[in-house]
Amino acid sequence: MSKVKNNIKLSVFEVRIKEDRCKGCQMCLFYCPGKCLELSSKLNKKGVKFAQYKEKNNCIGCGFCYFICPEGCIEIYQK
Amino acid sequence: MKVKFSRPKSLNDIETHYCAGCGHGILNILVAKVVDELGIREKTIGVAPVGCAVLAYKYWNFDVSEAAHGRALAVATGIKRCHPDKVVFTYQGDGDLASIGMAETVHAANRGENITCVFVNNACYGMTGGQMAPTTIVGQKTITTPLGREPESGEGWPIRMAELLSGLKGVCFSVRAAVFNPQKVMQTYQYIKKAFINQIEGRGFSLVEVLSPCPAAWRKTPLESMKWIKEEMVKSFPLGVIKSG
Ligand SMILES: Cc1ncc(C[n+]2csc(CCOP(=O)(O)OP(=O)(O)O)c2C)c(N)n1
Ligand code: SF4
Ligand code: SF4
Ligand code: SF4
Ligand SMILES: [Mg+2]
Repeated sequence: MSKVKNNIKLSVFEVRIKEDRCKGCQMCLFYCPGKCLELSSKLNKKGVKFAQYKEKNNCIGCGFCYFICPEGCIEIYQK
Repeated sequence: MKVKFSRPKSLNDIETHYCAGCGHGILNILVAKVVDELGIREKTIGVAPVGCAVLAYKYWNFDVSEAAHGRALAVATGIKRCHPDKVVFTYQGDGDLASIGMAETVHAANRGENITCVFVNNACYGMTGGQMAPTTIVGQKTITTPLGREPESGEGWPIRMAELLSGLKGVCFSVRAAVFNPQKVMQTYQYIKKAFINQIEGRGFSLVEVLSPCPAAWRKTPLESMKWIKEEMVKSFPLGVIKSG
């Protein structure tokens, strides 16, 4: 589900990740059908590169990242 | 903005001690989600095992009792018989449930105790460093089977608990699930929910066996571990509903 605005696709979903809880297992990145997530270049408090939601993305709100995350650090919102 | 998927209320907002990519993390959350969805947080009593999930009582936001290694189903029997109105479940690893606790497991199931059992099969003793478990698959290398498990040299074959318990009359539901991708995680959620509903409806003993990654002891990355479950582990442990009725 996405809105088209000025020819740029804007997702109606927003994925929020608690970066300090992330252990960098990368499973959310791998299983996201739209490849909306990426690893940060920075390190979190644990010293791992954490998952983050890409600025431009095509998130469909499927919840795959939410269900696979062993840390429960992902939440999904709908605008 | 409205929330579509959020952290369950039956889960405390604290960090877990699990390794990156550990299946226990996924499954602790699924159990909490089921408790939320069924609205039974105030009447649920969990029994935590000895094994990597030993601290699950810290993560769940409902009553949890700890049990000595392998004795979760004996403890749960006592709790359920004293409090038949409560929803009682055990959460156990394969060393806990199928090795040291085999007798307690088989007899609780055989007595048809009205309990739900979530059985996390990661094919090894994760907590103590990855020794062979009864569920280690043929050829699997562990620190106590460095050449791979060899059934014919006295190490035996992997025990299929879901099939074994399905043969007992007291067991109303026996399934084997896995968490190697998000679709399978969602299916596992449905099985766990069904196993809780069975208890609420007084149907007897329900078992949900789940093939679950242990990247640390398997010496694999989280993604390699998921692939190994999907491509190798399921050959020894076929997925699906073995008994329901
Ligand atoms: C009576 C007793 N014997 C042995 C141990 C040592 N021990 C702790 S955890 C464990 C095995 C755990 O394996 P499993 O149940 O598969 O849990 P996992 O860590 O793999 O989730 C053993 C043998 C113990 N704590 N108590
Ligand atoms: S909700 Fe689905 S599409 Fe959106 S980031 Fe998560 S996995 Fe990707
Ligand atoms: S699945 Fe969770 S812990 Fe793993 S990288 Fe993604 S956000 Fe981090
Ligand atoms: S040793 Fe294995 S089962 Fe234990 S926390 Fe680490 S990954 Fe999970
Ligand atoms: Mg184990």
